Amino acid sequence: MADVITYREAVAEGIAREMRRDPTVVCLGEDIGAAEGVFKTTVGLFKEFGPQRVWDTPISEQAIVGAAMGAAMTGLRPVAEIMFSDFLACCWDYLANEIPKVRYMTGGQVTVPLVVRTANGGGLGFGAQHSQAVENWALTIPGLKIAAPSTPADVIGLLAAAIRSDDPVVFFEHKGLFASKGPTAPDGHLVELGRAATVRSGQDVTLVALASTVPVALSAAERLTADGIDAEVLDLRCLIPLDMAAVLASVGRTSRLVLVEENPYQGGWGATVAAVVADEGFELLDAPIRRVAAACVPLPFADALEQQVMPTVAKVTDAVRSLLAY
Amino acid sequence: MTAVTESTVDGATLLRMFEQMAVIRRTEQAAYDLFLTGLVKGTTHLAAGHEAVAVGASSALRPDDYVFATYRGHHHAMARGATAEECLAELMSKSTGLCAGKGGSMHLTKASSGMLGSYAIVGAHLPMAAGAAWSAKLRGTGQVAVAFFGDGATNIGAFHEALNLAAVWALPVLFICENNLYMEYTPIGSVTAADHPAADRAPGYRLPAEVIDGNDAVVVRDAVVRAAARARAGDGPTVLEALTYRHFGHSRADPAKYRPEEEVRQWLQRDPLDVLRARLATAGVPDRDVTAADDRAAAEVTAAIEAAKAAPAPDPAEAFTDVWADGGAAWRT
Repeated sequence: MADVITYREAVAEGIAREMRRDPTVVCLGEDIGAAEGVFKTTVGLFKEFGPQRVWDTPISEQAIVGAAMGAAMTGLRPVAEIMFSDFLACCWDYLANEIPKVRYMTGGQVTVPLVVRTANGGGLGFGAQHSQAVENWALTIPGLKIAAPSTPADVIGLLAAAIRSDDPVVFFEHKGLFASKGPTAPDGHLVELGRAATVRSGQDVTLVALASTVPVALSAAERLTADGIDAEVLDLRCLIPLDMAAVLASVGRTSRLVLVEENPYQGGWGATVAAVVADEGFELLDAPIRRVAAACVPLPFADALEQQVMPTVAKVTDAVRSLLAY
Repeated sequence: MTAVTESTVDGATLLRMFEQMAVIRRTEQAAYDLFLTGLVKGTTHLAAGHEAVAVGASSALRPDDYVFATYRGHHHAMARGATAEECLAELMSKSTGLCAGKGGSMHLTKASSGMLGSYAIVGAHLPMAAGAAWSAKLRGTGQVAVAFFGDGATNIGAFHEALNLAAVWALPVLFICENNLYMEYTPIGSVTAADHPAADRAPGYRLPAEVIDGNDAVVVRDAVVRAAARARAGDGPTVLEALTYRHFGHSRADPAKYRPEEEVRQWLQRDPLDVLRARLATAGVPDRDVTAADDRAAAEVTAAIEAAKAAPAPDPAEAFTDVWADGGAAWRT
């Protein structure tokens, strides 16, 4: 194993590690077998584990996630791939009505230990139906855990936790990060679900980010040093469980909060974080909470337009400067 | 429709099936009556009239096989081991209910005996059954999974996705349609471009299908024996379309006035309990034994009603348990 791997290689590596340690882990999805995934995130799995562990499916999102649910209820740990997160809408019944509710509504009679992996987010010019950041869709539903890593090591560590979890986990892999590189994870690496990471320490403002917005927030923090502003950057890594203790602790140090989200402002995860801080951390704040989120329009195709809609480094630095001047 | 086969089922088995069907029938009547007295809230989708499908199929299955049902699923829960008391207590919002008061009429589940749930989104459980069958196949257990669904489910995407996936993966799953002729309030024939909404679709997925008399528990049992044997032999899924009829409306809100009187009369003459009584007579089981079985069923349901009434409501703290596998509901730190 190389010391440095790409985010996309980390996905396959993370799955493979779990498949080696647990024979009940099986994969299913479109083009994930011999074709090794349209994003090459399942490279090597079919070769190593064969057709009894890695199953190609038809373009049938309901069958993929529904079958994963039935298998999870009966002794397997399925890892289902939904190629683009936009396609979650095609099997939304399972994520909204079935998987998150079945344990509760049966009085705890069943568990659903499955992972739904999906390629999420924009920045690659795929247009309005293949570029959405939809992590906020999942956030609306009690009963789903939600992971969205920003680094290759976190991909491996969070996949380990997600696959071993006895709860259903929606695992958002960011398309814009697939080519990014980082240190690989040591053997046995596991990142507990619901633990944010402080990826840059600072004292003037807290930037809370997730997946693709972590590098955006880090770039913004670097740029702000020229203004003498020392920003702290928190990588949430998961939306459920939501590490509000880490956010509140950071805001307690910095007294200012900017939430950097790729999902649209309307209904985005930052609104939930902001609500908790407003409720429980109001006296920690010296300025209003700002949200830098995607604009409330469908994601456009052209680069010049996409940049208008997505959160950018400049939008983050502007928001921070406005708070420091408050 | 497949010709009625000469039953090889012995009298004692027939009598057990009859008693089970009688318990279901009386439980459904109790649910109806308790709703009218305000002790059952929300809604119910009663399966009176459908008993032969559940009991006939269940009698052909192994104890460790998996069953998935719809919101009209009381009969399937009971056919797979749920007691009248557990079901009525759930309907009456009691802590002793099958789902501890968290599911209600539409979600009866008895996972300990493989009855893996009743689902209230039409068609959703067909892919789940395919997945349970996939799991059984991968684990090499020889189990089969059965999805029971209504005729209305045959026009939703999940039905078609499940049949195709199950066919191409040769999964040990049985798709059993309870065709009661009405998609809620609408005749199924008026909204479906097929005479037999389930069976006629099966050949499109290279699946064998049978249309059977769903009011004859022995016919259902024989068909499920055949289909389960195919599945366990690795020959893949079968579609069964069991013709049957609701004795009540679609749900509590529905008096079913859209059904022609003559049609209702003809179907009530073919009450599945009467059909099985005739088979019991043919098998030489004395009338008094049948009456005794019916009396036991009546006593069981009467006792169940009283026990359910006397049971406590759920502890309010239970609202915040069992979201997660650790038993809790915490969503944040």
